[in-house]
Amino acid sequence: MSSGNEIIVGGHKVAHHFDSAEQEFEASKLGIWLFLCTEILMFGGLFVGYVIFHNIYPEMFAEGAKHLDWRLGSLNTVVLLLSSFTMVLSIYYAQTNQQKKTSNMLLITFLCGLVFMVIKAFEYYHKFHLGLYPGSYFSYEHAEHANLAMYFSFYFLMTGLHGTHVLVGMFLIAWLWIRSRRKEFNKDYYTPLEVVGLFWHLVDIIWIYLFPLLYLVG
Amino acid sequence: MSASHAEGKNYLNCEKGLWSWLTTLDHKRIGIMYMITVMVFFAVGGTFAMLIRGELYSAGRNIVGPETYNQFMTFHGAIMVFMVIIPGIPAFLGNFFLPMHLGAKDVAFPRVNLLSWYCLIVGAAISLVSLIYNGVDTGWTFYTPYSIETNNGTTWMVAGAFVMGFSSILTGLNFIVTTHKLRAPGMTFFNMPLFVWALYSTAVLQVLATPVLGITLMLLIAERVLGVGIFDPTLGGDPVLFQHFFWFYSHPAVYIMILPAMGIVSEIITAFSRKVIFGYKAIAFSSVGIAVVSFFVWGHHMFTSGQSEAAGILFSFITMLVGVPTAIKVFNWVATLYKGSVRFDSPMLFALGFLFLFTIGGVTGIMLATAGLDIHFHDTYFVVAHFHYVMVGGTLMAIMGGFYYWLPKMFGRMYNEFWARITFVLIFVGFNVTFFPQFILGAMGMPRRYYDYLPEFQSLNRISSFGAWTIGTGFLIALFVIIHSIRRGEKATSNPWGAKTLEWTTSSPPPHENFLETPVVTGGPYEFR
Ligand code: HEM
Ligand SMILES: [Cu+2]
Repeated sequence: MSSGNEIIVGGHKVAHHFDSAEQEFEASKLGIWLFLCTEILMFGGLFVGYVIFHNIYPEMFAEGAKHLDWRLGSLNTVVLLLSSFTMVLSIYYAQTNQQKKTSNMLLITFLCGLVFMVIKAFEYYHKFHLGLYPGSYFSYEHAEHANLAMYFSFYFLMTGLHGTHVLVGMFLIAWLWIRSRRKEFNKDYYTPLEVVGLFWHLVDIIWIYLFPLLYLVG
Repeated sequence: MSASHAEGKNYLNCEKGLWSWLTTLDHKRIGIMYMITVMVFFAVGGTFAMLIRGELYSAGRNIVGPETYNQFMTFHGAIMVFMVIIPGIPAFLGNFFLPMHLGAKDVAFPRVNLLSWYCLIVGAAISLVSLIYNGVDTGWTFYTPYSIETNNGTTWMVAGAFVMGFSSILTGLNFIVTTHKLRAPGMTFFNMPLFVWALYSTAVLQVLATPVLGITLMLLIAERVLGVGIFDPTLGGDPVLFQHFFWFYSHPAVYIMILPAMGIVSEIITAFSRKVIFGYKAIAFSSVGIAVVSFFVWGHHMFTSGQSEAAGILFSFITMLVGVPTAIKVFNWVATLYKGSVRFDSPMLFALGFLFLFTIGGVTGIMLATAGLDIHFHDTYFVVAHFHYVMVGGTLMAIMGGFYYWLPKMFGRMYNEFWARITFVLIFVGFNVTFFPQFILGAMGMPRRYYDYLPEFQSLNRISSFGAWTIGTGFLIALFVIIHSIRRGEKATSNPWGAKTLEWTTSSPPPHENFLETPVVTGGPYEFR
């Protein structure tokens, strides 16, 4: 395939170093899967730390979990699951050329992310109010376990890193929403939806692990 | 984007100006930017090395005090590891030649490739901020709890290393996808040059190990800023956990440093023996084998940390297993030389130097892997000598060999063979003079990282310092050889070495899209008759 001839599929110009739109799509998918592996390994470090210290101080983790409100946690779980579902629908609608619905679904996904973050912010605010800060800033006076501060270190590190991912995801979804309003996605070209979608599902799955580990232990 | 195919147009002159470089998406140009960056870092790290050897020339104080010495030692190690050896081969030579070896026009994600370069630059800039806060004195390993207590420069250095980690991850990710998805027609996995196999195995390590370093460094920052207590015994945490996390990355990282070097050596040895490489598949699979095993040996850095005896024995045993695929490679290279028509141009000299020095490094690694012996050797100059034999004697020799080997392709110019050989002699001899005495010093019990030493260690330390300055001279001359070649060297033909891999089938320097027509591959990479 000589250079110079541009390949345009579904309104999208295939980058010059690919021979076909399909090759480009496959490459993007492999790329995002590898990226998800790096994310899992990064969170993996925190999970390993959690497991180790949970083994050493099980009562401390149980005490910490009592300070979290499992109802808010469950609500957030539901919100994220719903957002994953609408993300999938947005891809489905793109594949079936229903562009209006694609952008609506993206909007709902974005709003779910927003709701999640607002609820999280309320929870954080409540903890700060009680002095349940991480590590050396911890100033809660009625702690039973000497190292309760460490539970909140884990809580804030894990949910903080996860929350950062939610924010990045929301940013990406907003960008997709703008593009979908410009009708850039259709049955022949929806790579960015697919890629961001996979990222969003990962963020969702990580929460599904965080929720029981932090809210329901003990 | 249509490349101009007019006579004389190539990737270097198809666009002009600094801006065209800083925004380029061409893997070859990004490779050259990495080349310059790594050379600058190497000069800085090397200067620290010269200063360290200056301070250790005699017992007692020579040029700086102990605090400054600790900073020199930390900056030397951190710069050389994170900014020179890790990006050195993959991001520079790999970026340039991986797509060409595959017959591709570029890497899979050119923008991500450029982003990875910016990550390196931004990371390096962040680490520089540490200088404002009294620098860093923890050593490149940032061991807790000291790294939690010492001055604030540490936070910046660690943050910088965190950002630079992304550079490495993104390069690795790009290489894996490129290898899977962008091979030219007929380029099956077993038609790929061994350099690609080596880079692929390296990329797997970069992608799977570096995120763990990322989270470790992030926890260390959180420890310093928030006092989260995970590594801090006074808050119920465990400082040894840091060592586990750190080595879970950093042992695979030593293979991130050496595997691509092995790839270069495979290329050079076949090309200059004019023979099909002996045991292609064995070399290819041993790269993958080393990559896999290297995830399960990190405990050999911690024999004295109080880990359980059973863990010690297990780690000792698995570490020795790494020796097997490593030795397989060495045997295959030697077998390739056997009855080849060997030419001793400088790339080959460096490859043979690699073979010799790396073997010493590997064998002393096995000695260290023996848990009982390591109790004696741990944290002595023996370890310092070991890892310099592999990182400098191995990786750096391979970078130099690869540099001379591919210089004609990258810049379309030949280098001065006479002076290049002089650099080899200076570096090779200087290297042994510097580091061999350190094995003896270590066995005699001289601890590493100390500012001062007992008077009886002085004569060997002096020899070592003279050796270091010899290496320094060698690299300085090499810099002139390279600059002279790029500016004034004779024009190179498209295949000055008569090598068989694809990059030699296109002009020197290559056109913007590497090949005027996508190559069609019909056989293996080393079809010498
Ligand atoms: C057969 C292969 C190898 C074996 C069996 C081996 C074994 C070891 C062992 C057991 C140690 C720990 C010694 C101690 O701290 O007491 C060590 C340290 C080290 N090795 Fe190797 N090694 C091998 C190859 C390499 C390679 C290829 C590199 C790098 C390119 C490397 C780089 C290092 C470094 C940097 C350290 C010291 C880290 C530090 O404490 O600062 N090794 N090696
Ligand atoms: Cu190791």
